[in-house]
Amino acid sequence: MLTYTIRRLLLSIPTLIFIAFVIFMLLELAPGDPMASMPLSIPPEVRQQMREALGLGEPWWIRFPLWLNQFFIVEPQYWIDNAFGTNFADGAQRIISFQSRSPVFDVIAQRLPQTLWVVAMSYVVGVLIALPIGIISAYKQYSVFDQAGTFISMIGFSVPPFFSGVLLIVIFSVQLGWLPSIYDTTLVVNSWDTFTQQLQQMIMPVMVLALQTTAQVSRYMRASMLDNLSQDYVRTARAKGMSESVVVLKHVLRNSMIPVVTVIALGIPSIFGGAIITEQIFKVNGLGQLLIIALQGSDIPMVMTITFLLAVLIVMMNLIADVLYGILDPRIRYD
Amino acid sequence: MTDTSLEKEVVIEKPRNQWLDVWDQFRTHKGAVFGLGFLIFITLFATIGPWLWQVDPGRLDIRNKDLRPIYMALFDGDAKVSWANPMGTDNLGRDIMANIMQGGRISLAVGWTAMILAVFLGTLIGVLAGYFRRLDGILMRFTDLVLSLPLLPLLLVMMLLFRDPLRAAFGPENGIFILIVTGIGITSWMQTARIVRGDVMALKEREFVLAARSIGTPARRMITRHLLPNVLSPIMVSATLGLATAIITESALSFLGLGFPSDFPTWGKILFDSVDRMTAFPERVLWPGLAISLTVLAVNYIGDGLRDALDPRIRGL
Repeated sequence: MLTYTIRRLLLSIPTLIFIAFVIFMLLELAPGDPMASMPLSIPPEVRQQMREALGLGEPWWIRFPLWLNQFFIVEPQYWIDNAFGTNFADGAQRIISFQSRSPVFDVIAQRLPQTLWVVAMSYVVGVLIALPIGIISAYKQYSVFDQAGTFISMIGFSVPPFFSGVLLIVIFSVQLGWLPSIYDTTLVVNSWDTFTQQLQQMIMPVMVLALQTTAQVSRYMRASMLDNLSQDYVRTARAKGMSESVVVLKHVLRNSMIPVVTVIALGIPSIFGGAIITEQIFKVNGLGQLLIIALQGSDIPMVMTITFLLAVLIVMMNLIADVLYGILDPRIRYD
Repeated sequence: MTDTSLEKEVVIEKPRNQWLDVWDQFRTHKGAVFGLGFLIFITLFATIGPWLWQVDPGRLDIRNKDLRPIYMALFDGDAKVSWANPMGTDNLGRDIMANIMQGGRISLAVGWTAMILAVFLGTLIGVLAGYFRRLDGILMRFTDLVLSLPLLPLLLVMMLLFRDPLRAAFGPENGIFILIVTGIGITSWMQTARIVRGDVMALKEREFVLAARSIGTPARRMITRHLLPNVLSPIMVSATLGLATAIITESALSFLGLGFPSDFPTWGKILFDSVDRMTAFPERVLWPGLAISLTVLAVNYIGDGLRDALDPRIRGL
């Protein structure tokens, strides 16, 4: 298992570099010009100098390794320097945003907490709702509860977040006036009042994202429970005279969780993708909104870094899912 | 006497077509039948509707701007309504019903074309990888690689960066249409490819393939005559899922302001344009949102029903 994990980790390095290359070339081929928003009165030679100042003067085979160097070597050096007060980086050039002229990772660090709060919370809530629904749906197959669960998950698959979010705003903010429609990120939680305020503004974005997670995870949970409920060992357990709750919640549930855990791990990147839209609706100034702004401003280093970070997340979650599968299910051996 | 009674009992059923069986099984799935009904309705609404409802979706009628939908007259006698615009008008006086029809045309056209492209690519890559062992490794590596790309951000990047050259080359509408369809198509073929590859690999070991090969069937005919008809059912199921995701993705792009130009309505675009004034006119958000959600729901139910109907183990029970 350990050798498998190490092999996969090593394999993911060329994969990631290739993905970085694909994203880089896509941005490179594109005709978007970061100078487009500059005044037209700037003479061409000054414009050329400004382009060079942004690091656009060199050809791609020089800039791409430079970016890799900055991302994988210089940036971690700065983190270490910040954490331990050392001086590894020695003033090396960091990845700089075209728009804000500040290091890309500083901007991301400012935006990350908002996104993480909403995304992580919604994922936890979604999974916590999905698991019982899946278990009961499978145990009482074709019952009213099962039908309702199927219908709700169908809705979760079908109603896109930009409609469910807007619908929630219309109902709860406009008609009823219970919840704020805009997420206030400057709110500091230091008292009971601000805590309830934070809770109120988080309910809607969390629910919008959680609906999608719930739909997906509860389907998998149900299918996996159904597979296991018809197995011979379940009959044996019942024949031994074990109580129904022990049979279902101990024997069947544990075995059914194996594929579900991997699905949960694999779903994490896609919830970040969904957050792009949700942040736009509720005006959360998180990573998704940062990406959209960077895209509109042709801020190539920012777009590149955020997209690549998402790719890293996907590759890592795939790896974790595979390794978890091997650890949890002793029948699966990778070597 | 006995002869005649015997004759009565022997009822030979007519030989039945496989698709008739599938249809019979499909009909037992209530949700799927409703879904099919709704999909046909919304398709007719968008295609034939503009001929019956001859209002130009782009016509500005400033005097009749901000009309509420006709049912508002039931709750509120003072509401500004008009039978000439049953779904109301927007802030420039454009008829919302005509816009929803026109938007439906675009959204459905994008959905179908992108789905067909994605299914074509997925089937091609899946069959090639499953049938030719030499190609399997490289094609599946490639599929895994594409699967680990962050697709929504990349799609956004593509939209923003290739918009202007395509617009210049094919005109504003066709350029964006081509861009969106290709973008969605080349980012959603992977699941189909994986499923088709697995099925082709299993089929390749069956006797009928061996028999076909023993009489010298060339690879091309082997694929088109023997393998493709047998993997048709998983392809059809993934096609319905593909249609649903394509419609949602197009609307999401329009919603993020990176889809079609603003005077060119699609459901996502109408939704996006109405969000700013949803406090005063919630119905403007509701119409396109309901159209998207119900269409996707219908397509998902059809996929569910098709999956059951095409599975010979369930069919006939």
